Amino acid sequence: MADTALVTDPAAGTSPAAGEVTIPADELPFDPSLPWQKSASVALRPEPFGALVYHFGNRKLSFLKSKPLVAVVKALAEHPDVPSTLRACEVPEAQHPAYVTALATLSRSQMIEKRSTP
Amino acid sequence: MTAVLPPRAPAQRPTGGKLIDQFEYGLDAPICLTWELTYACNLACAHCLSSSGRRDPRELSTAEAEGVIDELQRMQVFYVNVGGGEPTVRPDFWHLLDYAIGHDVGVKFSTNGVKLNKARAAQLARTDYVDVQISLDGATAEVNDRVRGTGSYATAITALENLAEAGMKDFKVSVVVTRENAGQLDAFKALTDSFGAQLRITRLRPSGRGADVWDELHPTMAQQKDLYQWLLANGDGVLTGDSFFHLSAFGEALPGLNLCGAGRVVCLIDPVGDVYACPFAIHENFLAGNVRSPGGFQTVWQQSELFADLRNPQTGGACTKCQHFDSCRGGCMAAKFFTGLPLDGPDPECVQGYGESALAARDLELVTPKSHIDHSHKGPVRGQPTLLGMPSIPPAKICDESPLAGLDLR
Repeated sequence: MADTALVTDPAAGTSPAAGEVTIPADELPFDPSLPWQKSASVALRPEPFGALVYHFGNRKLSFLKSKPLVAVVKALAEHPDVPSTLRACEVPEAQHPAYVTALATLSRSQMIEKRSTP
Repeated sequence: MTAVLPPRAPAQRPTGGKLIDQFEYGLDAPICLTWELTYACNLACAHCLSSSGRRDPRELSTAEAEGVIDELQRMQVFYVNVGGGEPTVRPDFWHLLDYAIGHDVGVKFSTNGVKLNKARAAQLARTDYVDVQISLDGATAEVNDRVRGTGSYATAITALENLAEAGMKDFKVSVVVTRENAGQLDAFKALTDSFGAQLRITRLRPSGRGADVWDELHPTMAQQKDLYQWLLANGDGVLTGDSFFHLSAFGEALPGLNLCGAGRVVCLIDPVGDVYACPFAIHENFLAGNVRSPGGFQTVWQQSELFADLRNPQTGGACTKCQHFDSCRGGCMAAKFFTGLPLDGPDPECVQGYGESALAARDLELVTPKSHIDHSHKGPVRGQPTLLGMPSIPPAKICDESPLAGLDLR
């Protein structure tokens, strides 16, 4: 587990939730130029360090380890792509790669999903 | 509230860093919690962690239990581990199951299988968001029934057959590892696989009636070593409830949360609504409050003094000076408490051997803390475990011994 990562994968964080359902990872690499949103079946629970993320469909649990990242995940749906979301949330340019990595992790566990409307 | 912990500096949550360090300071709501619905149980397992058997007349009513579920939904507690006692003997169990699922609170429940007939198995297979684990403490009837009672192996196997036949997915076989079954891990895995189920193994705690049999049943040091190796080899396919984190001091960290989550990320709600730091700590020293009090569960979780104390990393005590402290974090609080060891010292099963010396150094006069909460059956129970010897039942009436007893025939 990368301690410095902004997001913790369920496997590295704690026991997965009620189920142990494994969903095949999306084979396509994460594309930040597309429009994204928090998945419809995902709930964000605010925590002092960020948020707990829960997927009602695959019952996976994950943690966002910074409040700015929570803001980014919530704001995805209002912007046409990832870079514009990061700018809107005033994430410093130098940190953009780390945020893209975190979002890629979240897309692999289906916590965020592509959205059809731009 | 009795102070149970050594004094510590006031909690100051760090920013960033490892998730496990954040967890030490607690969460706004538990990740999950254990909810024991009733103290009633058809069995009388020798090691029952909650000393269950008889129903408590003060148990939460259906309406009160629904109120707790509503509150868990508001707090975004996404799933609960339901147990007992035997939860399925509550007549409203199936209603509460549906009610929880309907309110975004997933349910994983533990059962000995007594009510899982074909119809119930089919019902569960049709229900999303529910998980079942069947308790089994021996891969053979001989080993299981000595601890759980005659016939309990057969009951569990029937339930597993019913679930498999109904097409239930991802159900679990839940095993407490003991000295008597530690050699059966591969057999448990094979048995579980044969039903398409998943194996879950957890640690025996000296809690409840477990205190009476812990000396006899807790795995030996050699067995702990074997268990650790087995978990490293099989860990990915086996669930542990993160209960073996004290074994991490053998070397490599085991998968999962290597931290005592009591009062920080987990807790227990008992059948009468009392909130304890963890399922293995049913004792007044670990009682944080009751869900019936004003403010309900949320106020207990967020404001109890006990939980505030627990959300404060251990900084002193013998263990913090040990090179393995970062791996095992001092082990299990309940295991220390119920064996009479100091909470900032080693776990009684410390794999570096400090637990054994601490146990040996206990004062001979020491009376280990005993919970005043005991719902054990008072009389004999059908098929009761033979671990502690065959039950002797005193005759109720003198003529039960002999029809002629007491008669003066002269």
